[in-house]
Amino acid sequence: MRVLSYREAIREALYEELARDQNVVLLGQDIGRYGGCFKVTSGLLEAFGPHQVIESPVSEEALVAVGVGSAMVGMRPVVEVMYGDFSTLASDPLINHAAKLHFMSGGALKVPLVYRTPMGGGTGAAAQHTQNLESLFTNIPGLKIVWPATPKDAKGLLKSAIRDPNPVIFLEHKGYDLEGEVPQEEYVTPLGVAEVKKEGHDISVISYGHAVFTALEAADLLEKEGISVEVVDLRSLKPLDTPALRASVKKTGRALVLHEAPLFGGFGGEIVAQIVEDAEIFSHLKGRIRRLGGLEMPTPFNKELESSMVPSVAKVAQTLRSAVKESSYTGKDHR
Amino acid sequence: MVLTPECSVELLTLMVRSRLFEEKIEELTNTKLIHGTTHLAIGQEAVHGGVSPALEKEDWIVTTHRCHGHALAKGSPPENLLAEFFGLRQGVAKGLGGSMHLIDLEQHNAGSSAVVGSSVALAAGIALQLKRMNSTSIVVAFFGDGASSRGIVHETMNMASIWGLPLLFLCEHNYYGMSSKAQDMVSVDSLSTRGVAYSIESCTVDGNDLEAVWAAVKQASTFIRQTGRPYLLEAQTYRLAGHSKNDNCHYRSREEEEEWRKRDPIDLFKERLFERHVLDVESYHQIVSAERENLDSIVRRLIKESDTLSLDEAFGYVYAQEELL
Repeated sequence: MRVLSYREAIREALYEELARDQNVVLLGQDIGRYGGCFKVTSGLLEAFGPHQVIESPVSEEALVAVGVGSAMVGMRPVVEVMYGDFSTLASDPLINHAAKLHFMSGGALKVPLVYRTPMGGGTGAAAQHTQNLESLFTNIPGLKIVWPATPKDAKGLLKSAIRDPNPVIFLEHKGYDLEGEVPQEEYVTPLGVAEVKKEGHDISVISYGHAVFTALEAADLLEKEGISVEVVDLRSLKPLDTPALRASVKKTGRALVLHEAPLFGGFGGEIVAQIVEDAEIFSHLKGRIRRLGGLEMPTPFNKELESSMVPSVAKVAQTLRSAVKESSYTGKDHR
Repeated sequence: MVLTPECSVELLTLMVRSRLFEEKIEELTNTKLIHGTTHLAIGQEAVHGGVSPALEKEDWIVTTHRCHGHALAKGSPPENLLAEFFGLRQGVAKGLGGSMHLIDLEQHNAGSSAVVGSSVALAAGIALQLKRMNSTSIVVAFFGDGASSRGIVHETMNMASIWGLPLLFLCEHNYYGMSSKAQDMVSVDSLSTRGVAYSIESCTVDGNDLEAVWAAVKQASTFIRQTGRPYLLEAQTYRLAGHSKNDNCHYRSREEEEEWRKRDPIDLFKERLFERHVLDVESYHQIVSAERENLDSIVRRLIKESDTLSLDEAFGYVYAQEELL
């Protein structure tokens, strides 16, 4: 199978959807000749022209609201905001408008808008350009939220997001150069469906976005030590594939919930609740559920300090090791 | 520009309908027959009464939290609007939107935002899609002097100008943002002067003179259609009602209200039609009685109505189900 980068996979999804339907329109800052802040949209203005690739001034709130208004009357806007941190500026059109207009109009309006924005750090861009703000959106009925990790999922989920009749928050991690296999033929990846990225039987790591790669690396390390780790990539935070994550935990009896956003108040708490609220899954647990997330601190600029912000492979591996070890003494592990 | 006699009577009737509608809402709110808060446009009838009838049927409006008159003027049946206040299935938003979210796509009323000022950018989005579709229709974005201080209004004016959007910024300058006097909160005396900053043509009109508003909107919409450029029209008027329910208007004097009441838009236009012998006192009273009777009979019906959405049905509107393709 051919290999594409995360960036190329997103660009290919945009290209195919722009070509399929001229009501698909990209809106964003510097998305034309410059190709967007992370060069995702390079070449699309040249290919589709200013009718479908519309560049905006630095006006995030109005831009996203214009996207919402245009979506009400037949456009299928894909709005790019340079950094996820600026979602604060776009929060009114997304939270008070896009998420509510269908409901508040008794179904008269639909807002098929995609809000694309990159989240996360490791870039030396300091505290206003590195946050993971998915939890701004997860508590809002009316929004769908996806965060693909791999190029294949990025392409398939973006195509689904564009075709969905609802507003979709499409989060991207900043590993735009990460490569992976992407099918040549047309495909879409359904929203709301998790995927087991690696099968295992001792413990489940439930994760999404960039942290999926941390989990996979840690799983490889532990494999050599005889610990079998299952990695579940949620892919969609909303709708959440609760059956899939419960099935994995039911199988392994142990879970580590992992994300890069700050732990306290993060989406991981919701995942834990979804696991333990189910009586049957709860009875299958062999030990307490662990969580790992970002530190309770704005991202520091200093490279060493910044690298401590999000869970490392070593930290994840150590946590998995101790979780399996600790719960093996409980006498419940008779597998 | 002078309105034809038929059109004059029609628009006077519309203003009367709007006034009576608001008075009825006030009564139903005070007697707790309807739930929630309301924002009445009593005193501002010449603006919505003059704007929407000056537009083509295909032109869109996007309105504000003070939206009852806009919806009536765009042609929504009073019964479906009133049903919304009662939270009924028959309501324009099936009882899910209420007083601040009246919508009627059939009348090209795209609804309103109750986040002051945000509707202006939604209107720009509609205008952008109309422009892409080579439509000859325009969009009217209603906003007030309070909203004129929102960043999104300024962002949208800049965008509408650089993109050449078919958008009429319609500022209902009623001198109060809730309790705040415009003179204390707004840096200019006349909001139409803000157009200069964005290279947007603009003018100010007496918002209590229906005919003047009507003519100004005709002129502005012609300009927009001919040039593909946005336009900013400021209609100076006065909110005779309080901001919302439970507003006793402590922040302004009774004398000030009285001065504006002398320029009640309905009285001004009515007197003009008497002078022109388009209408006599008796036929005016007939109009008022007929409109009042119509509203009363609608309310009598709706009070007995109990068909509302179930909770399960309401859940069905959180996400759009059908594919749009």
